[in-house]
Amino acid sequence: MSINATLIGQMITFALLVWFTMKYVWPPIMQALEERKKKISEGLAAAEKGQHAMDLAEKRATGLLREAKDQAADIVSLAQKRAGELVEDSKQSARVEGERIVTAAKSEIDREIQKAKEGLRQQVATLAVSAAEQILRQEVDRSKHKEIIDNLDKALGEK
Amino acid sequence: MASEAHGGGATGYIVHHLTPLSVGEGFWTLHLDTLFISAVLGGIFLLVFKRVADNATAGVPGGMQNFAEMLVEFVDTQVKDAFHGKSALIAPLSLSIFVWIWLMNFMDLIPVDLLPMVGAVLGLEYLRVVPSTDLNATFGMSISVFLLIIFYSIKIKGGIGFAKEMLLNPFGKWMIPFNLLLKVVEEVARPVSLALRLFGNMYAGELIFILIALLPWFIQPILGFPWAVFHILIITLQAFIFMVLTIVYLSLAHEDH
Repeated sequence: MSINATLIGQMITFALLVWFTMKYVWPPIMQALEERKKKISEGLAAAEKGQHAMDLAEKRATGLLREAKDQAADIVSLAQKRAGELVEDSKQSARVEGERIVTAAKSEIDREIQKAKEGLRQQVATLAVSAAEQILRQEVDRSKHKEIIDNLDKALGEK
Repeated sequence: MASEAHGGGATGYIVHHLTPLSVGEGFWTLHLDTLFISAVLGGIFLLVFKRVADNATAGVPGGMQNFAEMLVEFVDTQVKDAFHGKSALIAPLSLSIFVWIWLMNFMDLIPVDLLPMVGAVLGLEYLRVVPSTDLNATFGMSISVFLLIIFYSIKIKGGIGFAKEMLLNPFGKWMIPFNLLLKVVEEVARPVSLALRLFGNMYAGELIFILIALLPWFIQPILGFPWAVFHILIITLQAFIFMVLTIVYLSLAHEDH
């Protein structure tokens, strides 16, 4: 093996190589790496923040949901109470109305009965008067007497 | 070496594979294959990474960008682990070293005869395809690193500080010549060990591939495949060691004692 001028050539090549790498290769790559590192760390931070926000929102949503459920339950029970009241009320008023109607009908009936009795009494009176008149006109004839009475009976029976 | 005579047979085959394509005489010999292949590999590295750098976005990375970023982050982690100062140079330097050495080592995994045969068709007498089996390539890098170490030592500690460190450690002012000798050996040992470690590993690996290629064809896969798989580890490990030691040496140069 011999050391010769090739050494100088190799040194020059090496120097150029190092110079070029230092000037044009290393800095852009390192910069890109740094930028990526920054971007990744930013992304991770953002993701964490997002996660946190989501947790918060979820918690709030759960709270709201529970509140809404409570409210709904309240409303339902209120409505049931109201409905019960209404049913009770209408039952009450229906009963009252029914009683009123029944009373009215009864009094009507009473009045009719009264009226009919009145009419009958008058007719009976009239018939009795006319029968008495006929009996007085034909006293002598027994059979005729009997016939008049029969007629009276018949008239009474018709009423 | 280019002028060495070698006959046929196994020795000739091996020597042929390990002889670089060279021009010139004496010190001014140039190993064209080393220069050309390492430059092409460096060009590929720069092209790929430049493209990635131009298209680099902070968004979702594509395949190539992902791969390049993986390498960049890997190197960056190594640098940050060992080096605590601030320097715009060390990390890109380490990346260049790692990828370039890896690519040069990777040439080892291309079948030993393929590229020399292509070279022969093109009229090249010799072609040694693995640049890191050339001492000039490994020393080219390690000496550059060594110069950077000296430069940063002086820059950070100042001329006087550096001189003090060289002269007064580890035995105080009465042993200055001995201290200097120790320190020089210590400093020089670094680039030498860097270069020789890489060179030795790659040279030995290539040699074994060549030896395997000399065996009968039905034995070649049995030995060649495990060795190639093992070599994938070696080439990466050697590139990694070179890079990490460079980082360590430079961070030592940045530290005040």
